[in-house]
Amino acid sequence: MTGWLRFTPIVLLVLIVAAMLWRLANPPDTTVHSQMIGKRIPQFVLAAAVPGVQGLSSTQLADGKPKLVHFFASWCVPCIGEAPVLDELKKQGLTVEGIAIRDRPDELAQFLARNGDPFDRIGSDPESKTQLAFGSSGVPETFVVDGRGVIRLQHIGAIEAEEIPAIKAAAEQAR
Amino acid sequence: MTAETGLAALWLAAALSLLQLALGFAPGMSKSGSAPIRAVAVLQGGLTLFAFAMLVLVFATTDLSVALVAENSHSAKPLLYKIAGTWGNHEGSMLLWVTVLGISGAALAIFSRRLEERTFVAALGAQGALALGFFIFLLFASNPFARLDPPALEGRGLNPILQDPGLAFHPPTLYLGYVGLSVAFSLAVGALVTGRVDRELARAMRPWVLGAWVFLTLGITAGSYWAYYDLGWGGWWFWDPVENASLMPWLAATALLHSLNVLASRESLRAWTIMLAMIAFSMSMVGTFLVRSGVLTSVHAFAVDPKRGVFLLILLAFYVGAALLLFALRSGRLSEGPEFELVSREAALVGNNLLLSVILGVVFIGTLYPLFVEALTGAKLSVGAPYFDAVVGPIALALMALITIGPLLNWRRDSGERLKRLIIPALLGLGAFIILLMAVPQDGLLAKLGFGFAVALFPASLLPLLARKLGRTPLTTYAMVLAHFGVATAVAGMSISSLTTSETLIAAKPGEIVSVGPWSIRFDSIRPIAGPNWTALEATLYATRGGAIETLKPQARFYTDPPTETTQSAILTTLTGQLYTVVGQQVGDRWQLRLWWKPMVTLIWLGGALIAIGGALALLGRAWRGWRKAGVR
Repeated sequence: MTGWLRFTPIVLLVLIVAAMLWRLANPPDTTVHSQMIGKRIPQFVLAAAVPGVQGLSSTQLADGKPKLVHFFASWCVPCIGEAPVLDELKKQGLTVEGIAIRDRPDELAQFLARNGDPFDRIGSDPESKTQLAFGSSGVPETFVVDGRGVIRLQHIGAIEAEEIPAIKAAAEQAR
Repeated sequence: MTAETGLAALWLAAALSLLQLALGFAPGMSKSGSAPIRAVAVLQGGLTLFAFAMLVLVFATTDLSVALVAENSHSAKPLLYKIAGTWGNHEGSMLLWVTVLGISGAALAIFSRRLEERTFVAALGAQGALALGFFIFLLFASNPFARLDPPALEGRGLNPILQDPGLAFHPPTLYLGYVGLSVAFSLAVGALVTGRVDRELARAMRPWVLGAWVFLTLGITAGSYWAYYDLGWGGWWFWDPVENASLMPWLAATALLHSLNVLASRESLRAWTIMLAMIAFSMSMVGTFLVRSGVLTSVHAFAVDPKRGVFLLILLAFYVGAALLLFALRSGRLSEGPEFELVSREAALVGNNLLLSVILGVVFIGTLYPLFVEALTGAKLSVGAPYFDAVVGPIALALMALITIGPLLNWRRDSGERLKRLIIPALLGLGAFIILLMAVPQDGLLAKLGFGFAVALFPASLLPLLARKLGRTPLTTYAMVLAHFGVATAVAGMSISSLTTSETLIAAKPGEIVSVGPWSIRFDSIRPIAGPNWTALEATLYATRGGAIETLKPQARFYTDPPTETTQSAILTTLTGQLYTVVGQQVGDRWQLRLWWKPMVTLIWLGGALIAIGGALALLGRAWRGWRKAGVR
């Protein structure tokens, strides 16, 4: 082998180590972000999820006021823990719309009676079609939708108490 | 006290590895010959093994005052999984790694007697240097013996996927292979230091590479089968980064094994063999790093921590960098050795080395490509089976052709006369290929070609035994024949199962009859059952294809500590293939059933086992020859 050729493995090693160091410094983001952020909400009309509440449709979301659209389910354990936070958001003056995923009316009614009902309307999404159209892949997830019906923010997972100001600020901005 | 004793042994072993390093490389330290460094290496290995035994004891007795036990074990676990749980986590796994490193060094010190002394001392010094780095990593960044004050009331449990007999065997086997290659690395470093790359070195290195290679082959084969039945996905290889991480050292070791034969017989391929010995263990370290750091997204991401990743990366860069630098500075002095013609055993083995190296490069690039692209452009992409199958497949076919031809050639020069014997195998292979083309019209050309080559290789692999007195044929020839026959077996299994697998995914009510391939399966019932630390819903399936009725009982399991759902597949193995059944979620009054009929799939692992047995036989053959020579003297 000629002189310089013998040093090529070292150069390759340096490149590989540099790439790995970069990865260690920038850990991969494994959450699935919605492609719908910044776009108009999809068209949908959902029936009421429990007797006695209103269903939800996309036209109702574009009435000039910002709203939270909350995907949840009675069978979702983290949703129980998140319930007081949603109540608090409601108390602070935000409108919370619910979309119940793959749920049953009797179980959902029980869930609301036990954990509180901060929702103006609750639509039923029995096959996750609306959820998928929003670009959401699990429960709980919360979207901030502005008055023109454009998605401004996606929050994946339960909202923690210390995240209330950030969610509220995002909703204020969405006016 | 057990934990403290183990920790003390670990510190002592670390100090001894520093001494070993000094004895190996400091000028003047080796005046008294190799006796002192041998003793230090043996003591170091013994102490590390002792420390590991202490950790096993702590796990076996579920000592919840040790943080590692509290985080990864549980008092209600079966004893087998308590013990295997020792290496089912980051710290314990790294301690096992270092233990194998220590034992390898000790074994090298005890058994290698015939190598030139200076090379040998430097090799043991290199082994000490490797151990020292990983001891520092354990003691400062991953102490397995750290106490928890106050002790935990109960452990958090072991990931249920790992609660399987596979855990008891798969990691230790792979580690024996990974880390066994460290000896080849150290011997290569020693040889570069003294500049003596010759027949003696090849003969000293060969048993280590063979041994490590046998364990790697077994580890990969067993790991593949474990993933196949434990994950319930029905596949046997996913080109997952961590699978690739175990495949890369195997590819390098396979190439090394063959080039060592050239070096041992003809003293050719000197610099190349040294390079391969370094690459093989470097790939082991890369593999360890990939698994432990979580740099690549993988199903193996059980215990990852980026901070420790940096530490491991520094170790890796230091060792590989130092070895490559030594190679760059010293390999110019190595002569290339005697020449050979284009048609010769050497040329075939060089071809084998090139093809294996290209496959290694292809797998390496495919595994790390997403990382490079994201670092340079920010774009996220993944490289999966379509790339690997399409690129590795054709190269592997060329390798199959070479396996068929190579063993029939003479060293140095060959008239090609014996290649005429390949006519019948080649015709058989061509026939099999044509039959498949007509019988299975849809695509899968690569698999059809693969089966054709496998059919040719079955008889061709036996040809080296032709016209020889079988009683006087060396054991190593039988070993080669068996390993190559194993390759044909595995490739036949891969080809046929990929061409003819049938799959049914259905939501069925109890009482329904479902068919998959030639089987009709009655979904009889589903009922709850309970195990030691889990509950499950167990389906009862009655399967028949005309003859006897077989019962399969796949389960959907729910583990309590930590709460996790897993699927336990039920597999029926017959002579012609496997019926693979999985029960999934409830949909109304129906249950998801996933059924596969996989003809000839078992040949894949049978082939892997044959290859490993071939390697073991070669090791035995070399040892036998060594004993006989020693006896003659």
